Amino acid sequence: MTRYIIRRLLQAIPLLFLVSLVLFVLMQNMGDPLATMGGRKVTRKEDRERLARQLGLDKPVLVQYIYWLVGNDWTKTDMDGDGVAETPGVRKGVLRGDWGISLVNRQPVTKVIGERLPNTLLLMLTAEGVVLVSALLIGIYSALRQYSLVDNIVTAATFVFYSMPVFFFALLAMYIFSVNFRKWGLPYLPTVGMFEPGAGQTVSQVVWHMVLPVATLSFGFIAGYSRYIRSTMLEALGQDYVRTAKAKGLPRPEVIYVHALKNAALPIVTIVALDLPFLLGGAIVTERIFGWPGMGRLFLDHVSRSDTPVVMGILMMIALAVILFQIIADITYAWLDPRIRYK
Amino acid sequence: MMASQPILEVRDLRTRFHIAEGIVYAVNGVSFKLNEGETIAVVGESGCGKSVTMMSIMRLIPIPPGEIAQGEALFNGRDLFKLSEAEMEHIRGKEIAMIFQDPMTALNPVLTIGRQLGEPLRVHLGLSKEEIRERSIGLLEQVGIPDPAQRLKDYPHQFSGGQRQRAMIAMALACHPSILIADEPTTALDVTIQAQIVELVQRIRETMNMAVIWITHDLGVVAEMAERVLVMYAGFIVEEALVNDLYGDPRHPYTMALLGALPRIDRRRDRRLRSIPGAPPNLLVEPLGCPFAARCELVFERCRMEMPPLIEVAPNQHRAACWYDLASGQPR
Amino acid sequence: MESSAAQPSPGVARLTLDELETPPLSLGQLTWRRFRRHRMAIFGSITLLLMVLYCFGGMMFFSEADANRTDTGARLQAPSRVHPFGTDTIGRDILARTIYGGQISLIIGMTAMLVELVFGISIGALAGYFGGLIDSITMRITEAVLIIPQIFLLLVMAKYFAQSIPNYQFMGRTFSGSVLVIIFVIGITSWPYLARIVRAQFLSVKENDFILAARATGASTRDIIFRHILPNSFAPIIVSATLSVAAAITLEAYISFLGLGVRPPTATWGNMLEGAYNYIDTAWWLWFFPGFFIALTVLSINFLGDGLRDALDPHSRAV
Repeated sequence: MTRYIIRRLLQAIPLLFLVSLVLFVLMQNMGDPLATMGGRKVTRKEDRERLARQLGLDKPVLVQYIYWLVGNDWTKTDMDGDGVAETPGVRKGVLRGDWGISLVNRQPVTKVIGERLPNTLLLMLTAEGVVLVSALLIGIYSALRQYSLVDNIVTAATFVFYSMPVFFFALLAMYIFSVNFRKWGLPYLPTVGMFEPGAGQTVSQVVWHMVLPVATLSFGFIAGYSRYIRSTMLEALGQDYVRTAKAKGLPRPEVIYVHALKNAALPIVTIVALDLPFLLGGAIVTERIFGWPGMGRLFLDHVSRSDTPVVMGILMMIALAVILFQIIADITYAWLDPRIRYK
Repeated sequence: MMASQPILEVRDLRTRFHIAEGIVYAVNGVSFKLNEGETIAVVGESGCGKSVTMMSIMRLIPIPPGEIAQGEALFNGRDLFKLSEAEMEHIRGKEIAMIFQDPMTALNPVLTIGRQLGEPLRVHLGLSKEEIRERSIGLLEQVGIPDPAQRLKDYPHQFSGGQRQRAMIAMALACHPSILIADEPTTALDVTIQAQIVELVQRIRETMNMAVIWITHDLGVVAEMAERVLVMYAGFIVEEALVNDLYGDPRHPYTMALLGALPRIDRRRDRRLRSIPGAPPNLLVEPLGCPFAARCELVFERCRMEMPPLIEVAPNQHRAACWYDLASGQPR
Repeated sequence: MESSAAQPSPGVARLTLDELETPPLSLGQLTWRRFRRHRMAIFGSITLLLMVLYCFGGMMFFSEADANRTDTGARLQAPSRVHPFGTDTIGRDILARTIYGGQISLIIGMTAMLVELVFGISIGALAGYFGGLIDSITMRITEAVLIIPQIFLLLVMAKYFAQSIPNYQFMGRTFSGSVLVIIFVIGITSWPYLARIVRAQFLSVKENDFILAARATGASTRDIIFRHILPNSFAPIIVSATLSVAAAITLEAYISFLGLGVRPPTATWGNMLEGAYNYIDTAWWLWFFPGFFIALTVLSINFLGDGLRDALDPHSRAV
């Protein structure tokens, strides 16, 4: 197993190089990071050139990539921007854990991301929990009552929600539970931010503010997963071993929740692990709509300002997460399914 | 033995399935008795309702689409069809156990053999963990699995096909049931292993005085195992007799055709295996008349109009359902 | 007791299985019969047809100038007789814009799917047919694309390519150059799943005897790929392509919604939504109509795809 993990990690290295190189090149050509640097316009030509030299933006893309990757402390940089490289570089490069400094606000990338990451994780993990619990409940329930009225309604509803774009759901939910509930004098849900500035960042404030974003982030996944769980559960319930378990006189709950569910849950585990990093994709739109100060919004803000270090940091972190979760998916699967052994 | 109390009596069982294309008439009025410690064989082609009959008795038919439209199954005088689901759970696996055709799929792939073997012991006998372990080891030993203590930790895929069927048998025997229903337990196995399994069940039946219903479409096994045989066709019992009577003196054209289709070593080599012309009837049509009429060489008008009753036609409760008396060569 | 309708005369009371079976149907007929049974797929097809009629038939009632005419005097007007869907922040008629925006959204969905098909089929076919080194290289590239969630890739690429593509004229209308960018970008990030499907199909189909037979009769590699293997892989490709249209329409809406998509003057359902959430309290019609059209179209296409999947599945026994 250890050898399998090591092999998978080694295989991921060239992949990460390839992805990072392509993304880096795309980012470099994406516009002028100096245009909006530090929130003020840099207009004078000499200033711009000096700034570009100081930041190393005048170098060819590949050289910049190498600096980003391995650092520039082995060579000299032009710190004062006079066109002569005389100061030894201080960047250590991504490979040595130095993700660089944001071009927008001159903060270290790790700090910029670190401030936002917990907010996104809070949203994502809560959503994942909601997704799993509701999808299991809905999926098992409708599998056990196949073709009943409830099952038909659930099937149709999951189809509708599965097809509904995130923003439309979010806007509808906001309109109903926030705008109209307030109009009707009902307790209404907040739509913006993590807490009321007046009330401060208390637990209840944050939970209250999380309701709509979490619902928005979850609904599509709930629909997709419950459809999936319904079908794997139906398949498992039709298997011979379930009939054997019944013939042994096991109580119905044990037949369903041990014999059938343990088999039905196997593919779900994999899918959940593989999808987890992709919840971030949904997070971009959700965070934008609800003004949630997380990674998705950070990404949007910094992409539009061509802030390569921060954008690269976010993207590579996600890529790493995807790879790690692929391996985790394989490991859990092997752990749960005795028939599978990796060498 | 014949005079002993029937432990199971099935009366006029009718099972149907409601599917998109219509109603499948799977079992159409089956009645039979099983005495204590007796072994009966149920034979017939695939799809003739053998398994559905037994699954109905065990109440393992999925409802819907299945429906037990009519009938009684008296187990020690209690009608199984009138029991609650909870009461039925105490019968299954404890009083009546069942083993299935394909040991590859009948065991749960993600649970250990020990866990699956221990389940009936825990549920029905309420034994402690230690007792379950001890009994499980004993059971595996009894069905001839070497090194049982180690094998309890194994998963089904680590067992061979024959071993899995042995484990299934051990599981069925765990609570000393009074009836064992074996649904074609050897069909999916190699010929040599088939013989071993037959022998194993026979040995256990003798030591435990257990009644056995052995479902098969293999008439060769029947001769070895059973005392009495039920021949089924299209959801009906068409003939019932002691094994020797059935082989020596079949009284239904379908049984004759079946026996003709059976390869036997004591027959002459050049004799070709005879198959029965035609296909079994479409079960989607409500039965009218004798189901075998379309394939029967002796068919006459009445056969197509009216289902012949299952009546005693020879000594030893030899019963057949045919309008034609094969002994006299005359219609009844 | 008996149902006489099924049994014409007492003499043949018993029908055999053979007699009951319908005459064999061609694959096309069988597929159509299965599809017809799929109520949701029929609903999807009809809705989709109506949607196309709405978007393209609507041209007869509203000119593109109507859709783009601003009227600062009539900003953010609620639905009324003059403006059935209301007006937007600079007084444009939302009804007319959903018509012209719908055209672009549907066209983007279709053409992005075509771009995806070209990439997906060629890469999948190459990998599956030739195997070996080509297979490992293409599959590594596929993995590399899949490593970053598509929406992130789209945003980066949309920004990269969208910088300076001029507007262009087509059939007497002016389109924003960003339409082409979005089509290309969605197509080029969507192909990996399709490529995997095609590859798997090729791997399994090429082992069949009829391919060996074709090769034995001297068919060229091109013939084998395009005339023998590809037609046998149509079913999953058609299903995947159908669902891709829905995915492309959604993706366009996402990037336009986030402000990196199709630029004015061209309207799409997606960019009509841009910034609409700022008016959630005051002008629901801003986001409701385009959002509803997107959701309905995507749902219809998904129904259609689901119906096609069931109908085209050769293992499906339901008739």
